[in-house]
Amino acid sequence: MSGPSLRPDLALIVDWIRPGARVLDLGCGDGILLAHLTQTRQVQGYGLEIDEPHITACINAGVNVIEADIDDGLKEFRSNSFDVVIMTQALQALVRPDLTIAEMLRVGRRAIITFPNFGHWRVRRSLFRGHMPVTPALPEPWYATPNIHLCTVHDFEALCGERGWRIQDRRLLDRSHREGTRMRIAPNLFAEHALYLLEAPAGIAT
Amino acid sequence: MVETYGQLNAQRSNALLVCHALSGDHHAAGVHSSGDRKPGWWDTCIGPGKPIDTDRFFVVSLNNLGGCRGSTGPSTANPETGEPYGPDFPLLTVRDWVRSQALLADHFGINRWAAVVGGSLGGMQVMQWAIDFPERIGHAVVIASAPRLSAQNIAFNEIARQSILTDPAFHGGRFYAHNTVPSNGLKLARMLGHITYLSDEAMRAKFGNELRAPRPGFNFDVEFEVESYLRYQGQRFVERFDANTYLLMTKALDYFDPARDHGGRLADAFRHAQARFLVIAFTSDWRFSPERSREIVQALVEAGKDVSYTLIDSELGHDDFLMAIPHYHDVLRGYLRRVAEGTFT
Repeated sequence: MSGPSLRPDLALIVDWIRPGARVLDLGCGDGILLAHLTQTRQVQGYGLEIDEPHITACINAGVNVIEADIDDGLKEFRSNSFDVVIMTQALQALVRPDLTIAEMLRVGRRAIITFPNFGHWRVRRSLFRGHMPVTPALPEPWYATPNIHLCTVHDFEALCGERGWRIQDRRLLDRSHREGTRMRIAPNLFAEHALYLLEAPAGIAT
Repeated sequence: MVETYGQLNAQRSNALLVCHALSGDHHAAGVHSSGDRKPGWWDTCIGPGKPIDTDRFFVVSLNNLGGCRGSTGPSTANPETGEPYGPDFPLLTVRDWVRSQALLADHFGINRWAAVVGGSLGGMQVMQWAIDFPERIGHAVVIASAPRLSAQNIAFNEIARQSILTDPAFHGGRFYAHNTVPSNGLKLARMLGHITYLSDEAMRAKFGNELRAPRPGFNFDVEFEVESYLRYQGQRFVERFDANTYLLMTKALDYFDPARDHGGRLADAFRHAQARFLVIAFTSDWRFSPERSREIVQALVEAGKDVSYTLIDSELGHDDFLMAIPHYHDVLRGYLRRVAEGTFT
């Protein structure tokens, strides 16, 4: 496919998806990831979206899009009906992120989740100075942000541990979506974006 | 009866079938003469540059078998008796219609429809196409429809039928011989139907509870605007529609249930479908509610079929599928553009 090149964080996700997989993409936006996965990985995919212009964009791109509100849950989807359920940059805007992740791991064998790291030093600097952060990863001011459940890399991993979700892989990226030495030393301080590949605890998936 | 719009291309690959709903017919778009009061029933959507673009597609629209607008139906004379078939005309199912539409495709030399499109009962025909002739339909566009009727829906149809069947002028369906029509029954059936096609909100906006006179008369004359409207709609319907056809069409609706042959599992009914699907529902439609469309979508997802679904914000109710709502037409136009260009992967 010749088209706009994929956002670097999305390109990394592609590596986690095996050819021919059945993919559900929650909050699929204009469908660029699914279109790419269909072209390069021959996946059979569906995107969930709620925003009208995004839905139209998906239709125009020939991507399967299903209008649905993620916060209403995935109850209409059967357990283990997908190989992987993806949700990029939407976790922090959900009413109950933990319940949604549990649903993702019910419907899919694996879940891919990306979010802006609230532990990043820019965020901490803002808070230290007494202000809610406005950063490249979190561009909206506090009164207009859709992000209601922000978390840090530590918080997220603690939740995974608590719920028994297994972290199969993770990528922590700086502002230019690169991994570097600093990231290895103090990921929660230097990662602006976090990408996780999760698997349901053994025994739960049937 | 059949109408076509646009040109069939040399490869015969740009044919699009439009399936009509309960009271529709072949006259879907345009006008027949400058004196026509109204264009075809889906003129908002079919035409040059419209979502169903007649510059791209060869659009075929027919009056289904059993209809009363030119196709053979209960009001047609039975060649054996010279009298109208009336109650002797067999009840038809959606599957029968689709089979007859396949014969129509043969007639045009169309091996495969680029798309089959329909709303409500028309959407049921679209699904049946995908199930019965998987290799003959590229895309299935199912609008404001349902995988089968709910008990509530069948109940409305039953009241409509009873009002016709119990009208003394019905004469067991042989009213033609008595030179009459069961106009009261048919009128009531249409009035009831009309209420269910409109949302509460739409009726409030259209009529409020406005009295036509300055003060109530405390009698059973037409006093409220909505009563006047319903009676008018009922009367107009009687003038153009056959009571036996109405009975037949409502039964076809009731019987439709492709999952029935598959142990109630709709996904299994779709298992061999090859078409890609677009399913569209409307928020204010309570006769064919969005939940019913989602059942279709979920069955298709379960069966591993390509499907897109959108829920259109709307106000009118079931009839919204005939309206030029921008997001609705954007989605339909965008989807069908890709169908025409053959750019689905």
